[in-house]
Parts: sequence; C-alpha cells; structure tokens
Amino acid sequence: MTLRRVPLYAFAWLVALAILVPLIYAVLGGFRDTGQIAQDPIGLPSPWVWSNYGDILKSGAFWHQLWNSVLIAALSTGLTVPFAAAAAYVFARFKFPGREWFYTLFTLGLLFPIAVAILPIFIMIRTLGLLGTPFGVALPEAAFGLPLTIVILRPFFASFPNELQDAAAIDGCGAFGFFWRILLPLSRPVLATVSMLALVTSWNMFLLPLIVLTDSGGWTLPLGVTNYSTQYGADTARILAFTTLSMIPALIFYAFAERHLVRGLTTGAVKG
Amino acid sequence: MPPSQGDSATLVRAGRTTRPAVRRRRGRGRLATIALFLAPALVLYLLLVVFPLFQVIRYSGYKWNGLGPLDDFVGLDNFKRALSDDVFRGALKHNAIIIGLSLVVQLPFALGVAMLVNSRLKGRALLRLLFFAPFVLSEVITAVVFNLMLQPDGVLGGLNVDWLGDTSLVLYTCFVVISWKYFGFHMIIYLAGLQQIPRELEEAALIDGARHWEVFRYITLPLLGPTIRISVFLSIIGALQVFDLVWVMTGGGPVNASNTMAIYVIDWGFKRFQFGYASAVAVIMLVISLVFALLYQRFVLRRDIEGALTTMGT
Repeated sequence: MTLRRVPLYAFAWLVALAILVPLIYAVLGGFRDTGQIAQDPIGLPSPWVWSNYGDILKSGAFWHQLWNSVLIAALSTGLTVPFAAAAAYVFARFKFPGREWFYTLFTLGLLFPIAVAILPIFIMIRTLGLLGTPFGVALPEAAFGLPLTIVILRPFFASFPNELQDAAAIDGCGAFGFFWRILLPLSRPVLATVSMLALVTSWNMFLLPLIVLTDSGGWTLPLGVTNYSTQYGADTARILAFTTLSMIPALIFYAFAERHLVRGLTTGAVKG
Repeated sequence: MPPSQGDSATLVRAGRTTRPAVRRRRGRGRLATIALFLAPALVLYLLLVVFPLFQVIRYSGYKWNGLGPLDDFVGLDNFKRALSDDVFRGALKHNAIIIGLSLVVQLPFALGVAMLVNSRLKGRALLRLLFFAPFVLSEVITAVVFNLMLQPDGVLGGLNVDWLGDTSLVLYTCFVVISWKYFGFHMIIYLAGLQQIPRELEEAALIDGARHWEVFRYITLPLLGPTIRISVFLSIIGALQVFDLVWVMTGGGPVNASNTMAIYVIDWGFKRFQFGYASAVAVIMLVISLVFALLYQRFVLRRDIEGALTTMGT
C-alpha cells in the first residue's frame, strides 16, 4: 500500500463506520438499561441486561407481528410474480394489436408513488371489506409490484431463441406448455431475483399497512416498531431491543440474497 | 425490442392447413391464450392502480370526509386552497430541497464511494456489502434508531445541537438519514456502470500521461452518462415521494419544518378526514411526477437505450 492510498482507506472505513455505528448502537443498546444509556450513550453494556430481549421474545406481540409480516410478504410476492410472469410472457413472445400500449400502461406505474393513490385505495379496500386483513395490504402491494417485475422479466423472456420454441412446438408443446415446462424452469434465476425484490419491498412497506391494518392484531413489524417506540417512549433500551429484533430477519435475508438484489436492481439500469 | 415470436408455434402446428375457417379458429385461440395470460395482471393492475388514479382525480373536485355521499362539488377550490396554503407550499419546497441536495450531495458521494470500491482496494467486497446493507432495512427502523441517537441525550446529541428540534436544521438532518439509507443503492448502480467501462481505456490514458482527474473527467464520467441519468431520475422520483422516514422521525414537524407533500396528503386525509382536499394535493403530486417523468424521458433519457426504467424499485 502506497502512502498516497492511506486517505482513501481512511475515508472508506470512515463511511463503513458511519453505517455500522447505528446498527451496533441498536444491538448493544438492547443489552443495556435506559439508566445506563442516559448516563453514557456510547458505552458498552455493564452489566449486560438480558431482560429487554427476553421480555420481547416471551411476549406474543413480536412473534405475531413477525408472522403477519411474513404472511403479507408471501401473499403479495405469490400474487405479483406469477401474474407478472404470465403477462411478461405474452409481452415478450406474442404479437398482438395494442401490445405496446398495454406494456406502456404497466410501465407508467413506475412513475408515481403509492401515496398518490392511497386515498382511493383505502376507500376500495374498505368497500371490499378487506380493512384489517392481510389481503387488504397484499393485493395493493401486488398490484404496485407488477410494473417493476414485468419490466425485468420481459426482456429476459424475449431473449430465448425462437428455435427453442419451434422445437418445443414440433414436440407438441403449445403456448402454455412452452411457458410452464420450458420458459419458467429456464428462468429460475431471474424469477428468484424478482421474488426477492418483491419480498423486500413488501417487508419494508409502511404507508399501506399503516392505513389498512386498523387493528393492532394485524400489524406488521414496521407498524409494531413505530408503535413500540411511542408506547415505551422513555424506555430507550426496550425500543432498541425491539428494533434490533425486527432488523434481524431482514439482515439474515440480505446475507443470502444480496447478489440477487444487486442483479435485479442493476440489470436494465446499465444495459438498458 | 426483438420481434415477438409467439405465432411460430401456431404456424408450425398449422402445417399445410390452408382452409380459412381453421385459420380463423386458430387465430381466435391464440387471442384467447393471450387474454388468459394477460388477464390476472391486468385486472389487478386496473383495479388497484389505474382505477384509483381516476378516483383520486374525481375526489379532488369535492368537499368530502371520506364517508358520506360524494355530492358537494366544489370545482377547483381544493386546488386553489392547496396552492395558496403556506404549509403546502412549504412541503413542496422541502421536497425540492431534498431533490436538490440528493443531486448535489448524495449522488456525487455515492459515485465517489463506487469508484473507491471499484478500485483495487483491500476489503472492497466487505465494504460494498456494508454500504448496500441499509437498503434492506426499512425506513421505519432507520428512523427509530436515528431518532434515539439524535435525541439531546443520545449519541449524537452531545454536541449541543438540537438536530430534530431546530426548525432550520431538521430537514437537513432528515436528508442525512435518508442518504445513510439510500447512497448504497446508487453506489450499486454506479458500480455496475463502472464495471462496464473497459479498464484498458483508463490505463491507456494514464500511460499517455493523463492525470487522474482528467481520466475521470474525459473518460469515466462520459461513459457513465447513461447510468448517471438513470440514477438521477430514480433519485428525483424517490425524493418526490419521501414519506416513511420523515413521518416516523418528525411527523413533518416541528411546526411543519420537515413537512413533505406525501405527509401533507396523509395528514389531511387520515387525520383530519378532508378526503377531497387531500385528494387534490395527491393529484398535484401525481401531475408533478408525471410531467417530470415525461419531460425527463423526452429530453434526457431519449439518447439512451430504451427500456432503461428497470430500476424503479425504490
């Protein structure tokens, strides 16, 4: 390492520190008590307090919210990926009048946030009697997830050579057979990528559950975290413990899915 | 976009059949297949994305609390009221400030970090993993942790600065936290762009005696153009819709000093139950987003390859 590179290393690890400090603060803070934190916000736990994490893990609320988050993420991904795959298949491999028009209609969904439509969505979910239910959150999430998923899948599906489809057709494979037995199995990596993007999006969604999940029994983790931080406003250690616990699933997921997420977010952005 | 090849299968199977009746039947079958595949996505999308957009435009013409009959038509009054409301104009200004800061501070920072991580740095894989990690944490978690750190008795509160209570400071505090969460995302995009640039190009220039900043200015930056244009687009669309993080950190306060358009919509819609008025503000947001997106597409992205909108995930 030449001397000239020292500032670069210093800068890089300073940024890394800025990322790590809040995370470490949350994890360690959960092992302290609020008195310790008030006395010295930066110190190590002394003594280590296990009751914050213990109480939360023993209480039903955390597990309940975890389950709600998992359920809603699974529902919304389970709807958006198959629906988008079917639509992307048609957009990629069929020619029909109005195809580009329909495709553009879907891509327009990328251009505005859910906040714009949240008022009518609320009214509609209420009319459908889905307020407070997992489907009330999962359905709009799935609908808003379609554009990105279709835009990623279409060029991938279009890139398969015609000869593949011709050969399949000669062997008696119709449009559905080709989709189900050939296209989808060959697209496993990209399907995994779009699924993981959909899962992360749903997992972190806040505004929609905030409006739809009127009953605390149906809350997802982000709602639980905000509520916990108002409910135990003065008890910093407890809030940090709860927040840390709700971070863990996302970080474990990240450790496994990082490459998929990166690929999903960068295809297209660069290659066009 | 490569030509579509859907009908090759039909053609092959049709073989030598030439009778028009058969052909028409096959044609109809093909359309039925298309409809069948498209229908689920289309129905869901029309019902929960397209239809609500028309509804929000309709609501915006009424005075309505979201419950009773929709019969008190007020024309453009809601829009006039919003545009003359100082709080809304403040919110609009705050969105504009966040956009400006993102372009001037966050994106160049992300680019710098991307170049650093792209160079032959020891531990760069680990650094990249770290920098991108906040992307998977929800804005809510980010907001709650930073909120505690920024309290007067928190880790960062010892500097005798009231990060969240000072009305002239709070928006910038929020911006820094937003950047903490999102610069890694832009870094990832830039990194992918940088990896497309052949290393020989930069090395050749260096051998020819170009300085490092000249290589950056005349080789790296121009070749990174399309990537930067996409990242700018995503950043602006994202900044127009800032909600979760600021809502949890400050609720738009103190005294509306960190209010944003989305917060304003939720505030009037779900706290004060003025659905008609909130809808008008949502329509203003919609128009700003669409006009910006279309102009940007038309004048900036036009020269880049089609289909570049892929990364709109955030």
